[in-house]
Amino acid sequence: MQAYWVYIGIFLVVAVAVPIVAVVLPAFIAPKKPSRRKEEVYECGIETSGNIRVQFKSQYYIYALIFLVFDIETVFLFPWAVSLEILPLYAVLEGVIFIAILFGGLIYAVRKDALAWF
Amino acid sequence: MADLINLFEEWITNLLLGWGVSEALTLFLLQILGSVLVVIICFLIVIALIWVERKLAGRIQDRFGPNRAGPFGIFQSFADIIKIFTKEYVTPEGAEKGAFNIAPVLAMASVLAIWAVFPFAINVIGADIHVGVLYIVAVGAFGILAILMAGWASNNRYALLGASRSVAMLISYEIPMVVSLLVPVLLAHSMKLSDIIQAQQPWWYIFVAPTAALIYLISSMAEIGKAPFDLLEAESELVAGYHTEYSGMKFGMFYVAEFLHQFTVGALITIFFLGGWGGPLAVRWPILGVVYFYGKSFLVYLVISWIRLSLPRIRIDEMLDLNWKFLIPVSFVNLVAVAIADRVMLELDLAAWLYVGVMFAVNIFILLAALFLSGKSKPKVERVEFPPRPVAVPPGSERK
Repeated sequence: MQAYWVYIGIFLVVAVAVPIVAVVLPAFIAPKKPSRRKEEVYECGIETSGNIRVQFKSQYYIYALIFLVFDIETVFLFPWAVSLEILPLYAVLEGVIFIAILFGGLIYAVRKDALAWF
Repeated sequence: MADLINLFEEWITNLLLGWGVSEALTLFLLQILGSVLVVIICFLIVIALIWVERKLAGRIQDRFGPNRAGPFGIFQSFADIIKIFTKEYVTPEGAEKGAFNIAPVLAMASVLAIWAVFPFAINVIGADIHVGVLYIVAVGAFGILAILMAGWASNNRYALLGASRSVAMLISYEIPMVVSLLVPVLLAHSMKLSDIIQAQQPWWYIFVAPTAALIYLISSMAEIGKAPFDLLEAESELVAGYHTEYSGMKFGMFYVAEFLHQFTVGALITIFFLGGWGGPLAVRWPILGVVYFYGKSFLVYLVISWIRLSLPRIRIDEMLDLNWKFLIPVSFVNLVAVAIADRVMLELDLAAWLYVGVMFAVNIFILLAALFLSGKSKPKVERVEFPPRPVAVPPGSERK
């Protein structure tokens, strides 16, 4: 069992090292002639003005909030799903009620137009 | 002969032990060898896939595709690699150097790391951990972080817009993906990938849970960000999205990661719904299992390519509505129905074919009911009808 986690550790190191090698290698081969014009930010030929990191729709933030609720819920559901076979029937139904409550939350969010894209 | 891979492993183990290397170090060296092999095979697959994809795209869009470098253009990918290795790196002014350089590596690593837990055949498994499904979900989510880092660090408005779209889109589609992954876990009563594959040996889960398979396919197509869900790099709106400012191999990493992610999704669908390495004679000949595994993954890859080449891009509000108002409710209802049906039939102790039949019927019923209900609800947006206008008519020839 422990050997598996060692393998995953090694695999992660290899998975990070190979792209690093691939990215660093061309730095020795490729030409290097930086100039001011070249390093300008690409904006379809127009010179950039002002701060680039502008404010944008708050809708993105609301989506992220609702996502958090559901993502945590699915993490709680994994143990329930794995042990469904050995759970007593009332525990199975409790899982169903848990899903139903969050489903009510989703309906509430939809009715409140929290998920509408204006 | 039957078990080439384990024979090879045994041979190397004996060779190293014969040289007087300690047992722990031998295992360690073998694990390094295994992981390097898997990663290299991934890269080789991508080189082949890029050619396949371009040729297929050409044929579907009624043109030739690459046909100059070598017969049928099979050396096109190698020519591209040589070209991309000699390209200059350009870093835009005002970029955050650290995040800008880490993002392509992270994008690639997050896709590669998923391959650590894949079972390639009955006894060819990298790491057969108990929480395999959770590992896949957790590691796969790092790709979103890479996109966000790339978009934020580029100091480019288009890249930032692409990245913020990806936040709304990719995290939204993560939910139906994970919920539909719960169905195979629930049916196999395990999060271990080898157990899931063993459990679906006679009956693949695409027959037991077709609705979950379909939802998983759709939401993971959104996760890889390919058409019709390619809003984060919509060419006509955002130049190239989050990788607008990248050049050379840094762009190449994003490109390769995208192709490998598509193949990885194919492999995941193979594991969870298409029986993994399962097939005729796969238990006796594990090497055949490896062939089945890659073959099925490749077939799913082709299906995804086919879908993406056939459909136009959809609008962002339609796309988010599809997720929040259709896929998520359907996947939750499906999960509950499958859980109750599985539990009830476990009490009744039915025959296997009857179990599969009832499950299939329940799934199809949910899918049809969902499609019927979603067809009944009218969209809120009012469509403005214009009176028909005549097409340009040359003066002096008005129709009566």
